[in-house]
Amino acid sequence: MNLVDIVFYFFAVIIVASAAVVVLSKNIMYSAFSLLFTFFGVAGIYVLLNADFIAVTQLMIYIGGILVLIIFGVMLTTKITGLEMKTGITGKAQYAIGGLSTLVLGGTLIYVFNSTSWFKSPSVPTTSTVEAIGASLLTNYLLPFEAASVLLLLAMIGAALIARRK
Amino acid sequence: METNIFIQLLGNNWIAYTAIAVLPLGFLLLYALVAILAELKVSAWMQDRLGPMRTGPWGILQPLAEVVKLLQKEDITPDLANKVLYNLAPYMMFTGAYAAVAVIPFSQQFVPSNINLGLFYIFAVSAIATIGVVMGGWASNNKYSLLGAMRSVAQIISYEIPAAMAILATAVLASSLNLNEINTVQDGGIFNWFIFGGPGPWFKVFVLPFTFGLCLIYMIASLAETNRTPFDIPEGESELVAGYHTEYGGMKFAMFFLGEYVNMFIVSAIMATIFFGGWQSPFGSSIMSGPVWGLFWFLAKVGTVVFFQIWLRWTLPRLRVDQLMDLGWKYLLPMSFICFFAIALWKMLI
Repeated sequence: MNLVDIVFYFFAVIIVASAAVVVLSKNIMYSAFSLLFTFFGVAGIYVLLNADFIAVTQLMIYIGGILVLIIFGVMLTTKITGLEMKTGITGKAQYAIGGLSTLVLGGTLIYVFNSTSWFKSPSVPTTSTVEAIGASLLTNYLLPFEAASVLLLLAMIGAALIARRK
Repeated sequence: METNIFIQLLGNNWIAYTAIAVLPLGFLLLYALVAILAELKVSAWMQDRLGPMRTGPWGILQPLAEVVKLLQKEDITPDLANKVLYNLAPYMMFTGAYAAVAVIPFSQQFVPSNINLGLFYIFAVSAIATIGVVMGGWASNNKYSLLGAMRSVAQIISYEIPAAMAILATAVLASSLNLNEINTVQDGGIFNWFIFGGPGPWFKVFVLPFTFGLCLIYMIASLAETNRTPFDIPEGESELVAGYHTEYGGMKFAMFFLGEYVNMFIVSAIMATIFFGGWQSPFGSSIMSGPVWGLFWFLAKVGTVVFFQIWLRWTLPRLRVDQLMDLGWKYLLPMSFICFFAIALWKMLI
């Protein structure tokens, strides 16, 4: 077992364990904070795959943006309404349906993983991905990039409009 | 060239990596002691007092006494607090602050991790400290803590945008996100630092006001991000007791405190690196420059910025919440946009 394997299993254990807490915890705040470690672990896996830019973006957007938003939402609803936010009690039917769909999904994924003949690209040691990503975004993928930015601008204006209409 | 002296000396093995990871921690603990003493003494001198005088000569052992005091205190967890999150929060805060040290170039020969995404990475990991603040404020089960945490996070998020614009502009000037490369570009004396427009011909005076303005914007935004006066509304004693760490005592409080001082160091280090040339000597690369001088210059610049932060803290009164948001969104943000566009245009034309 070399260093890469050890690091991979370290992050894999973090991801799986914290994701389990997200799903199974009765306290919704624990779920929200546990999501932090899931995102962090996924970022670690990205670094292991030489995708450093994606890893840092993952930290920035998911932890800095989405997670803070989720935590604020949960925190404020709990404290303002005065109700303890708990996830509902899981019944036998839910367990059965959940378990079945997990088995089907997992089985399909493992089957596809094993039956596909994967094309393995030769591993080229990369020093920087950010320059390549920037160049592609401003040449080949300029239109999708601009479309996405216009969409985000629309979302921002819409949010401001809804917030002001009181 | 390998930019890390430990990998050169010890080889590419785990001993070198452990040394690289642990050494800044020791340094930061030492720095925190000095910064606490500086805060006590500078505040005292500004108010025409002597400050602590009894522990050691001129009171220089005062921070050590404070640490011993905090160590001895009872470790309290409030009854109705959420125990897991309450105890985890101080460590989250410190982790987030310490993670940023990984990319800071202390000297030509000591950059803990010389990655190409340095600037971007620093912004990303600052989110972890934010989560620590929310965690502590929520888990304390105290209205003051919760309000303090909310204010703190709202403030950090608002002021992150002008700070990011300032940093992006220097990335445009240096054409790199690697902090070490940004330092290398600012070679050749004090007037080639990015606060003065970076290296270039005489007509860089046209871009000089914008880079200078961005430096000021970053300074203001960094004060707000570290929750220091005049932006210490999240911890305003007269309104919120102590903000998100109201319920914390002993070592857990000390962790929060250390986290804040490390954050101060980080923003000062970013400022020194991107605007003041980092480890570059102010006299050009032939006089007083080299790895050890580099460390000296870097620490001198960081120390100056930290001193400036302390100075401002004891000079300016606290802002109101609405003034704070006004300043962030209505003044700093448009100004940083203008500066950014001007710099981008200049970079395109030359």
